Amino acid sequence: MKPARILIPVAVLALLAVPWFPQLVYPVFVMKLLCMALFACAYNLLLGFGGMMSFGHAAFFGSAAYLTGLATRDWGLTPELGLVVGTATAALLGAVVGALAIRRQGIYLAMITLALAQMIYFIFLQLPFTGAEDGMQQIPRGRLLGLIELGNDRVLYHLVLGVTLAGLWLIHRIVHSPFGHVVVAIREHEPRARSLGYPVARYKLMLFVLSAALSGLAGSMKALVFQLAALTDVHWHLSGDVVLMALLGGMHSVLGPALGATIVVGLQYYLDAFGGWVTLVTGAIFMVCVLVFRRGIAGVVTALRVPPSTQPPPRAPRTPPGRRTLSSSPPEPPVEA
Amino acid sequence: MEIFGLPLPVLAGQIVLGLVNGCFYAVLSLGLAVIFGLLRIVNFAHGAFFMMGAFGAWMLQHYVGAGYWAALLVVPLLVGLVGAAFERTLLRRLYGLDPIYGLLLTFGLVLVIEGGFRVAYGTTGYAYSTPETLRGVIDLGFMVMPRYRLWVIVAALTACILTWWVIERTRLGAMLRAATEKPVLTQGFGINVPRLLTLTYGAGIALAAFAGVLAAPILHVNSGMGSNLVIIVFAIVVIGGMGSVLGSIVTALGIGVIEGLTKVFYSEASSTVIFVVMTLVLLLRPRGLFGREGGA
Repeated sequence: MKPARILIPVAVLALLAVPWFPQLVYPVFVMKLLCMALFACAYNLLLGFGGMMSFGHAAFFGSAAYLTGLATRDWGLTPELGLVVGTATAALLGAVVGALAIRRQGIYLAMITLALAQMIYFIFLQLPFTGAEDGMQQIPRGRLLGLIELGNDRVLYHLVLGVTLAGLWLIHRIVHSPFGHVVVAIREHEPRARSLGYPVARYKLMLFVLSAALSGLAGSMKALVFQLAALTDVHWHLSGDVVLMALLGGMHSVLGPALGATIVVGLQYYLDAFGGWVTLVTGAIFMVCVLVFRRGIAGVVTALRVPPSTQPPPRAPRTPPGRRTLSSSPPEPPVEA
Repeated sequence: MEIFGLPLPVLAGQIVLGLVNGCFYAVLSLGLAVIFGLLRIVNFAHGAFFMMGAFGAWMLQHYVGAGYWAALLVVPLLVGLVGAAFERTLLRRLYGLDPIYGLLLTFGLVLVIEGGFRVAYGTTGYAYSTPETLRGVIDLGFMVMPRYRLWVIVAALTACILTWWVIERTRLGAMLRAATEKPVLTQGFGINVPRLLTLTYGAGIALAAFAGVLAAPILHVNSGMGSNLVIIVFAIVVIGGMGSVLGSIVTALGIGVIEGLTKVFYSEASSTVIFVVMTLVLLLRPRGLFGREGGA
């Protein structure tokens, strides 16, 4: 029996119970966790399954947050339309950034996404409606479908939980779909996938857009929860954080990054009062992860559960020695739900 | 005299300012390219070491009372040693893995260094005074040039040319190029390649710290000064391609001037123009202006 079969229902039940025990956990904090968990899993679609490391995903998260704010506050749209506007913006931006970034590979792709995200950061710094350093404040939560008042934390909590779970389910479906298998095949051996007739660039771009759109959905929800969209949402620090979440949680699993997001966000929440220490500790965890913990939590759990004798034999490296790819460096555990 | 409706001194002043920035970009992207060429590591921490250089100059003045010229000599050496130690103890463990992991490790190092400096010195900037001999201005006839800016351009270009000369014209450079092309074979000839890697990383870091000391009197010395710069340098590396030493210098200077001119004609875009150029280059010539065919 896979532990995921038990753990996931337990986790969902626990999450459903959260609003009734505000003395134990602060529901708004859990909402932030949910947004970041969706963000990390959406990001990992690109990193873990597509093998493309974007270093600018905060651009999608933050743009969606700003545009949701603009739609609900200044255009007077309902919150669900705000979410749609934010997600659509992120998808569109993902298409543009993705189309440029996939022209190069590996570290160049990382540098290009970082640079483009920095450009988007400066644009939001200057646009009139963003409030520059003050951030975009007083975004109304409004009434869902014009009927249900979202000002109540408990009501909003269930909306956020529902949307997050739906988003995670969609990511799970994407990974296990024929599309997801082709994406993994491209990551493993791009020339072979191309020679089999797959339009590689189109698949990569599609994955980029999906990842950006779901990241945007997370950002849009965050704007509704905190009624604020700020420059920190588009800053490269957040792009780095989301890489850490995916790496720490385990980038070869669907839900591992959610675990990583919980740890990183929790840590930042409790260390918040110590200023520079948050950055220092985050950086130190980052370095430890890269040096000795590249499989992440999910990877280690899988390795512990499967006795070494029944583990699939490590595949022969298909890339020339000295130029190994993201996927072949640690023997990859089977994809975990 | 006016050009495009602007008095010449204003235009020339911005071009010089752009050249000064371009010089910083050049020294940094040069170090980045040399490190990448040999170690296959994209050194995200380059900006953080630049910041350490500037802070080092300020600390030497503040705590020891050492002057600018001493700092220009000592600080790059010390920061370079820190870099070499980092390569020896940590970075070395990632050789042979995907270069992405090197980028991530050095990114973690950026957070550690920046966080550390923020804990110790806060986020406010510190002023570093220009040395006596380089104060004042020189009248060039068509414009007035601050002496310190002229010195920065001369010093940075000298550093760049010296680096180019070492790589292309000396025995050490020949070993370096051999190790870049065929590390195993080079080691077979009895050349200590691991030591060469440490030396290269240390030298690249020392260059970054040298730029940091040069920048200390111009920019406010603060913990965040390196990160924004390193992102611009990444864009420049994408534009120029990491294939050639001279290519990266020329690209960096050119970008600096374009940025300076944008400040004159359309200042709102001055912070984004570099990324627009990068986008155009990616559309028209994806491998970069000086990139070699077949590079990723």
